Amino acid sequence: MPATSVRFDEVTLGYGRHPAVHHLDGEIAAGSLTAVVGPNGAGKSTLLKGIVGTLAPLEGRISLNGAGPGPVAYLPQAAEIDRSFPLSVYDLVAMGLWSRSGLFGGIGRKDRTRIEHALAAVGLIGFERRPISTLSGGQMQRALFARLLLQDASLILLDEPFTAIDAKTTADLLDLVRRWHAEKRTVVAVLHDLDMVRRVFPETLLIAREPVAWGETGHVLSPENLLTARQMVEAYDPHAAPCQRNAA
Amino acid sequence: MVEFLISPFSEFEFMQRALVGVIAIALGGGPVGVFLMLRRMSLTGDAMAHAILPGAAVGYLIAGLSLPAMTIGGLIAGVIVAVAAGLVSRLTNLKEDASLAAFYLLSLALGVTIVSLRGSNVDLLHVLFGTVLALDDQTLLLLASISTITVLALALLYRPLVLECVDPTFLRSVSRSGTPVHLVFVGLVVLNLVGGFHALGTLLAVGMMMLPAAAARFWTNDITVMMVVSIAVGIVSGIGGLLLSFHAELPAGPAIILTAGGLYGLSLALGREGGLLWLAWPGKHLEA
Repeated sequence: MPATSVRFDEVTLGYGRHPAVHHLDGEIAAGSLTAVVGPNGAGKSTLLKGIVGTLAPLEGRISLNGAGPGPVAYLPQAAEIDRSFPLSVYDLVAMGLWSRSGLFGGIGRKDRTRIEHALAAVGLIGFERRPISTLSGGQMQRALFARLLLQDASLILLDEPFTAIDAKTTADLLDLVRRWHAEKRTVVAVLHDLDMVRRVFPETLLIAREPVAWGETGHVLSPENLLTARQMVEAYDPHAAPCQRNAA
Repeated sequence: MVEFLISPFSEFEFMQRALVGVIAIALGGGPVGVFLMLRRMSLTGDAMAHAILPGAAVGYLIAGLSLPAMTIGGLIAGVIVAVAAGLVSRLTNLKEDASLAAFYLLSLALGVTIVSLRGSNVDLLHVLFGTVLALDDQTLLLLASISTITVLALALLYRPLVLECVDPTFLRSVSRSGTPVHLVFVGLVVLNLVGGFHALGTLLAVGMMMLPAAAARFWTNDITVMMVVSIAVGIVSGIGGLLLSFHAELPAGPAIILTAGGLYGLSLALGREGGLLWLAWPGKHLEA
């Protein structure tokens, strides 16, 4: 698995002209397992949207460097899925094959085996024909992880994947994250559970609009850094002047 | 019984033509209606139907009750309103439903005004309620072509259409086909409305889309089956409505839509997926 790295060159992402991520510079190394941590409104989800490309930077550049086009797999926060739509779990998971099958391609016997393996890996055997409207929050998250598995991406972005998920499901899904890491995929996850970050994620980016610290988790999550992050002012100033940093 | 069901169609050519026409409309309209419903665009269909009117009216003003002129006029007006409403909702604070409502009210008023400029009240009734009992060869060919194009296009676009309804974020992360697919779909809606317009008029054309689709939703959770059921409901409504209009001497277009409405009511009451009967008497709960 040729992994993908993500390079940020003085990246500012935001809405209107107000920055949500301000002057981020650095690199997520290929094959690394990185947690993105910070208070609410710190720009964590915005950062992931920037990497996926659904939000263009106000300034700076985000570049993905990997062998080939290596697709990005992205699990948004509380995925915007229409749960009332009449779709089976099987079909939802099968969408993960999109990059292989595209708009029109068929799904062959090999693909069916893949889908079965993915369903087995997340413990959803027996749910294939169930409509997605009947799934619980945790079961839905398992199904979405099965879809991520099928996407077979070299860069995987997870936005608060374990929020409102029980301990057993979290443990199962974390095993998948560890497996992806072992397979040398690059994984970036937005998380709030600092104990989990310390246990599982070697690298951490602590962000509070401005990047506060980035590197080895133990150093980043120091009491001083966490205090700095907590002091972020959430509201933006409607009369803020244009940013002068790097102007010269 | 045979007398009642068959002979109106075997004896009268205009009834045969009407039958062919409504079957063609049902084949295209049902599946499009299912997607409109699943994409929560049911009222968009209604708005678009009104939007077609001024275009058709301009065609009428130029060429009288001419099929090509009114078809082309209707298509152009429908596409303009769809695109304009989309642009307004994307560029301003107004949501798409509000901007569509604004555009379609304008269109309806404009269309009725234009038709009245030249025509009689009879012509106005033609435009508003259609002429399902007076379909000529040209119109039948048009209806058949539209349903063929629709079924083929939906077969090709099925996957992105479904995906864009269920999980638009995911579609955006794996493909850029979302917007073009949406535009083609809106095009199909307009096309089917223009077809339905000739038979059922601007006000009722959307009925052969939404009523069969809404009825079908009560019978299945499978989208493919839903489309088939919607087509069946459309065809049965067409046949039933034509017979009703023939025997009871009712206007044909409204009779067809009323029949579809009856089937919708039946499905609402008895449908296996969320029908009222099953809600009222769901049976004893299960063990697991």
